[in-house]
Amino acid sequence: MKNNTKSQNASSQFAQSIRGMVLSMVAKVNASHIGGALSMSDILAVLFNGILNVRPDQPDWSQRDRLILSKGHCCASLYAALGLKGFFPISDLQTYGRNESLLMAHASHKVPGVEFSTGSLGHGLPFGCGKALAAKRKNQAWRTFVLLSDGELDEGSNWEAILFAPQHKLDNLVAIVDYNKIQSLGSVAEVLELEPLAEKFRAFRWAVREINGHDHPSISTALKSVPFEKGKPSCLIAHTIKGKGVDFMENSLKWHYSSPDPEQLKSALSQIKTKIHQ
Amino acid sequence: MRTAFIEELILLARTNPRIFLVVGDLGYSVVEPFAREFPDRFLNAGVAEQNMTGLAAGMASEGFHVFTYSIGNFPTFRCAEQIRNDVAYHNLPVTIVAVGGGVAYGNLGYSHHTVQDYALMRSFPNMLMATPGDPMEVRACLRYLVKHPQPSYLRLGKAGEPVFHSSIPRLEPGKWVQVVKGHKAGHVLLSTGGALGAALKSGKTKPLAGFSIFSLPLWGMQQKKAQRSQAKPWSQIVTFEDHFEEAGFGSWFVESLGSHLRRKIDVETRSLNPKISGIVADQKALMKLSGL
Repeated sequence: MKNNTKSQNASSQFAQSIRGMVLSMVAKVNASHIGGALSMSDILAVLFNGILNVRPDQPDWSQRDRLILSKGHCCASLYAALGLKGFFPISDLQTYGRNESLLMAHASHKVPGVEFSTGSLGHGLPFGCGKALAAKRKNQAWRTFVLLSDGELDEGSNWEAILFAPQHKLDNLVAIVDYNKIQSLGSVAEVLELEPLAEKFRAFRWAVREINGHDHPSISTALKSVPFEKGKPSCLIAHTIKGKGVDFMENSLKWHYSSPDPEQLKSALSQIKTKIHQ
Repeated sequence: MRTAFIEELILLARTNPRIFLVVGDLGYSVVEPFAREFPDRFLNAGVAEQNMTGLAAGMASEGFHVFTYSIGNFPTFRCAEQIRNDVAYHNLPVTIVAVGGGVAYGNLGYSHHTVQDYALMRSFPNMLMATPGDPMEVRACLRYLVKHPQPSYLRLGKAGEPVFHSSIPRLEPGKWVQVVKGHKAGHVLLSTGGALGAALKSGKTKPLAGFSIFSLPLWGMQQKKAQRSQAKPWSQIVTFEDHFEEAGFGSWFVESLGSHLRRKIDVETRSLNPKISGIVADQKALMKLSGL
């Protein structure tokens, strides 16, 4: 019990560190997509603290678990997590989005620890199906995790993959939906309603769980129990808040696009710092 | 060509465990022998080309050389962005195989006419175009592609195409393969894909009689430079393709010459006429309507 609490504190701190990094990185180059980067920070923190079997000093280790960030526009969070874990010097994060940096403002496979370049939505899950199928055909035990946004579930390519994965019993595949309910030009409910999302995945023969995507014990418990059912791909629907952790960014479409000015950055970082010390 | 493809792929797969065939719910009476012999390296991905191409890239990233197989526009245009972002940008060994190149599907109509595929596929910097002109070239292309796995596009005809080479030619990307040695010095027909038959036929009658005839089955953006030295000895070059002229083989060839050679050499491009779109006719008639 004590160990669990300790590791959950560590992952909570890690999530806040990701958030702090993201805010600074994005603000520095006047970039976008802070809202979705903040909503998935807790999921990434749990993944990198006790779930993913990876070796930061050996990013291409053949038996590693594969993490594919399908919502590639929110890569600042992933880069921050990888930097914090030591996949590359953490000082590299300061180059995010700058000329000649490796850290492109959409996920780039040239960055150590990034499996797949994304940016156009609807590519991660089909690619992940290929990875999971390859592992099955080679009798290898590593798993594939694909982190998706809710808005990108509008893409038909995802539903092709959602049909495919259970057909081939890919129980080594985990789709995590960062369900923050706001997409690019409106709320999910207004644009293309996904509800009942869990029912949809179940109807497509996935094993599904729903959790609060900011509650570290819930995220951890769920991810530690994959596959949720033997012989079925797992879908974890993580209910999240866009812009989570900064009060004026939460649940606001504006922060899909805007970059904080110096005053806003100061305020945001101070909120994050306060939470780190809580 | 389909038969030559599957026979050769089976031969290669017997010694190369990386070869994996994924079909888009097509290939009836073609792919079954492969599926029977290599059940663990065969997959029907269903009528879902975006997923087929994405998962092919995923498998290729884990060491497989994946062949995706479907009709003309389905494994190309339908999933163009998966080819662009997942396969080509990641430089993965996926060979996209399209059957029914040109107007091989005749009266099945525009949906099945593969007449703009060169334009799409040659726009990717590292994509090797493999567009054989007869079943022998199909085998030669496959041997090259398996020996040199990379993003590639193999465009086949249908079935029953005539054989023009007496043996399997040895291919190198960008290198012309001689099919006929003409007596008219300085004049040459250069063909790619299913237009080779039309080029050979044209080479028997005026005004192209006596021209030497070459085929160029392996080409792409990276092979442009190699065209200049091969084009230099000729004063007149006529290109043949069963594709629209726009962004096709002839235009690729003209671009590859550079301004200096373009002024020196008389280049004529022969291609399919876009006006054939929507006309109900067999392959032969559609080719004839285009002057091929």
